[in-house]
Amino acid sequence: MILPTPILNETTRGFRSEKKKVVRRIKYEAELDHDFGEHIAAHAYGERLMSCIQCGTCSATCPLSHYMDYTPRKIIAMTREGFKEEVLNSLTIWLCASCYSCLVQCPRQIHITDVMYALKREAIAQGHYPRRLPIPVLAKAFVNQVRRNGRNTESWLLVTLYLRTNPFKMLKEAVLGLRLFLAGRMSLKPDKIKRRKELTTILNAVEAGKGASIS
Amino acid sequence: MNYIYYPGCSLHSTGKAYAESVQTVFRALDISLEELEDWNCCGATSYFSMDETEAFALAARNLELAENQGGNGGVNLIAPCAACYLVLTKTQHYLTTYPDIKQKVNDALDKVGLHYEGKTSVRHPLDVLVNDYGLDKIAKRVTRPLKGLKVACYYGCQVVRPYATFDDAMYPTSMDRLVKALGAEPIEWPLKTRCCGGSLTGTIQEAGLRLSRALLLDAQRRKADILVTCCPLCQHNLECYQGRINRKMKDHIDLPVAYFTQLMGMALGLEEKELGIHRLFIKPRVAVSAQKKGEPAHV
Repeated sequence: MILPTPILNETTRGFRSEKKKVVRRIKYEAELDHDFGEHIAAHAYGERLMSCIQCGTCSATCPLSHYMDYTPRKIIAMTREGFKEEVLNSLTIWLCASCYSCLVQCPRQIHITDVMYALKREAIAQGHYPRRLPIPVLAKAFVNQVRRNGRNTESWLLVTLYLRTNPFKMLKEAVLGLRLFLAGRMSLKPDKIKRRKELTTILNAVEAGKGASIS
Repeated sequence: MNYIYYPGCSLHSTGKAYAESVQTVFRALDISLEELEDWNCCGATSYFSMDETEAFALAARNLELAENQGGNGGVNLIAPCAACYLVLTKTQHYLTTYPDIKQKVNDALDKVGLHYEGKTSVRHPLDVLVNDYGLDKIAKRVTRPLKGLKVACYYGCQVVRPYATFDDAMYPTSMDRLVKALGAEPIEWPLKTRCCGGSLTGTIQEAGLRLSRALLLDAQRRKADILVTCCPLCQHNLECYQGRINRKMKDHIDLPVAYFTQLMGMALGLEEKELGIHRLFIKPRVAVSAQKKGEPAHV
């Protein structure tokens, strides 16, 4: 299979006409992870992943496909074939905003959005995502806050996000933050539930029930 | 059937005006809304990127609390936030379809004496207003018809996709019909369920802002006076970033963005303060200036 050109590949970034690198564009069969597709299909409860007919409806309906390094159709093909590294390092899975257009339009009823979630989880679990990308950082901060308080407080979530990715951006957002604060649309008081212990018990029980195999 | 209200985290901060207007409108229509006691975060999209089973357990706790609070007759859990609505319906769908997930979730809930049965129906306020209360009854309650007001009804993604059953997934009409009942004129708008960028406006802004921009430009081109939405994140994206979009992309967008319940409240003649109109950055001037006590509204 011929590899599509990624926009933000570390090795190709920034080269100009005078300086070109020779890159192999073909991946050998032996380099693929042949269990990857089955593994993801099982995670996402996406049994139907394997029945994809590569019609491209998902890519056509996706509002973000023109920012993606691989379109959703390609991601599905590559996942099935075992291009694990490329798929997990792609921007595509993080650009998916969960609008579910592809899912409702897919003629094979593949739960594409859930496949994207499974790929995100796999990428986070393996520490395999593009560096300095804010989305996995946001997801982690979100989960930590919910585990601690039972609810999320948008103001603190954003502060954590900017501190961990780009503190300079916080200054840029300060004006908007202040306006929201003045309009009563943002508060610094952490929102918490009363029975936090109950929630912790539930989440710990889920963790314990999983065993070592599935994440 | 009881209605239990699940605000979700956003309605406590950025979506405060949504919470206020939903409660005010429901009160005005004599539909009682009792808040779900000690509800927790639904998990939103982020939790699914980290842990699926935990995400289902979080949502299931809410569904189960509603079941207990609602009593035996079954209960309607009203979730105005699009993300909450989606996650709650999705969880129900998955727990029903996959007994092994249900088992795992229930094993965890059992530890604290809860057990998910699946008796709660998750509803969106739009669905309740249009299908339970009814448009005829709403039209009768209108005291200041929004005559001549052109409204872009924006549904966003997650209220209509993929587990909602009350409307079409790509070209819904509930909000348009509701707006019509208020005397206003909904515009024909093919982009009404196209993604606004979601949380990408905070994470990958170059992509997120472009998505919001496409919606705003098109609504303006179709001569909308106001855009109304049923999701707190959509409202935030489409309203708060207009200045930034104009600066970055040299546009001239100036479109008020309100919650559909705020517009509804205005047509019902309710107090603006109770609808959270004062919290909006771009005041829905056309609709408001058209309203004088006792007079029908017109532009």
